[in-house]
Amino acid sequence: MDQLRLIAINGMLGYGYPVASLERGMQQAPHLLGVDAGSTDAGPFYLGHGVPLTAPRQIERDLRPAMRAAREGKVPLVVGSAGFGGARPHVELFLSIADRIAREEGLRLRTAVIYADLDRGVVETALAQGRVRPLAGAPHLTKEDIRGSRQLVGQMGTEPLIAALDGGFDMIVAGRCCDTSIYAALPIMHGFDPGLAIHMAKIMECGAQCGLPLAPNDCLMGVIHRDHFLIKTLHPGRRVTPQSVAAHTLYEQPDPYEIHEPEGTVDMKNAVFEQVDPHTVKVSGSRLLPHAGRHTVKVEGARLIGYRAALIAGIRDPNVISNIDVVTKRAEEMAFANLDGIDPGKVSVTWRAYGRDAVLGERDPDRRKAAHEIGLMIDVVAESQDLANTVLAMMRSSALHCPFEGRTTTAGNLAFPFSPSDLAGGPVYEFSAYHLMEVEDQVKLFPYDVVTLGARS
Amino acid sequence: MSTLGELAQVFRSKNAGPFLITIDVMFESMALFERVAASGAITPAVVAARYGVKAEDVRVIDYPRAKAIKITMPRLWGTRGAGSIGDRDVYGAQQHAPLLSVAIP
Repeated sequence: MDQLRLIAINGMLGYGYPVASLERGMQQAPHLLGVDAGSTDAGPFYLGHGVPLTAPRQIERDLRPAMRAAREGKVPLVVGSAGFGGARPHVELFLSIADRIAREEGLRLRTAVIYADLDRGVVETALAQGRVRPLAGAPHLTKEDIRGSRQLVGQMGTEPLIAALDGGFDMIVAGRCCDTSIYAALPIMHGFDPGLAIHMAKIMECGAQCGLPLAPNDCLMGVIHRDHFLIKTLHPGRRVTPQSVAAHTLYEQPDPYEIHEPEGTVDMKNAVFEQVDPHTVKVSGSRLLPHAGRHTVKVEGARLIGYRAALIAGIRDPNVISNIDVVTKRAEEMAFANLDGIDPGKVSVTWRAYGRDAVLGERDPDRRKAAHEIGLMIDVVAESQDLANTVLAMMRSSALHCPFEGRTTTAGNLAFPFSPSDLAGGPVYEFSAYHLMEVEDQVKLFPYDVVTLGARS
Repeated sequence: MSTLGELAQVFRSKNAGPFLITIDVMFESMALFERVAASGAITPAVVAARYGVKAEDVRVIDYPRAKAIKITMPRLWGTRGAGSIGDRDVYGAQQHAPLLSVAIP
């Protein structure tokens, strides 16, 4: 085998893609279809609560043509970080969608399901043995962080996927998974250079984001050879250039020259990008520097920290705007003075002044510029929805009627766009874990189950 | 004299994981990239002063292949990473503004 052709159906399952691009890719007899279905980008809620960011109906829309094409082409369909967060509830939601599609399409699919959930005890032992370290910027992990996590997953590398690919399944559904493993596993299994495979996969996992015009919602083909790989767009109106492909390694990465994966670090300092034709760029020179010791798996956890109630209200009066810090501070004090039996230390109240510095806070260089209108957000997080609602109601009335020197707006300081003004935001999570854990054996940590999706014979 | 905001073709920020922010400044021409990179105007100390973070936590990486300068620093908001209490920008997509006005000779 001197080359492998892989198709990424898009950069995020549920973002959409032109089915014609997939058909064009299928004409080139690919060896694998893949798609990344998850991310931590949208914050900890989705992992913690066990729900996807993308709408199930859109997941289904993207999945159906891919499942059909993979069966017609008799190639595996690999889904990474199924259901978005990649924890068990996400994977189960994904499987229920895939099963329904398979039934409706009359398909019967032998499927390997690789759950990514981590046993708390395994992580606690690793922590006790000094095999867990924080990723840059994250706090140190504690036993309480592990035990308090609503969901706790590990981001699997290529090895668990290779074990499943080796089983010859029609479909591989992985829980939380390195985006690169989706596309790097098959080439590595067939002995292609792992540095090239992972670099190619890094570009593919965002769909045609490296294209011109860029599009996370289009297919992309990667063709790996023994000493280089090709990146090809599948839409006639989309090109790639050495710069557009090279620039993609900047995206969402702390360092454009290195990718850190469970198996090691991919060094791209000597990568060479060349134009082959308007739709194709050739890349060579990237290499994997394998870890000297154990493989490292990224551990992601999310825990419930409370419930949110929030509102946004307009301020147009110049006097109120120039006194906004006085108003918010005083309103909060007045509100807590009337909230008997509620400990202010157990409630979080955040005031954000849109139009002044809501995005950058005190780091905003322009926050002293006069605004003519402000959107004031009051954001309350407390241990129950009822308590958050109660505290927000008091903050609202206190701010609406808050006195300050020179006030002329004695009928109200705030313009509410809605009735009711107060919105219940529901549960709030935070990342309890974002750490690297050294592991002996990824395949043991992430074994696969076998299920049959679709028509029962 | 120009500002970084005037010279950049792409000026964007984004999370690199829930605890880091990364800023990409990309230029239309190699000449512009080289002018900015050689100016010495973008250093960890300059970035640190504008964001109120420690200079040793800031990385500035030249990436001539994409005519780009990358700046990576700790996330500024939230009690514990993206989406936690007090966050202002879950995706980190609007955190580049304090660098727009950096003067480039």
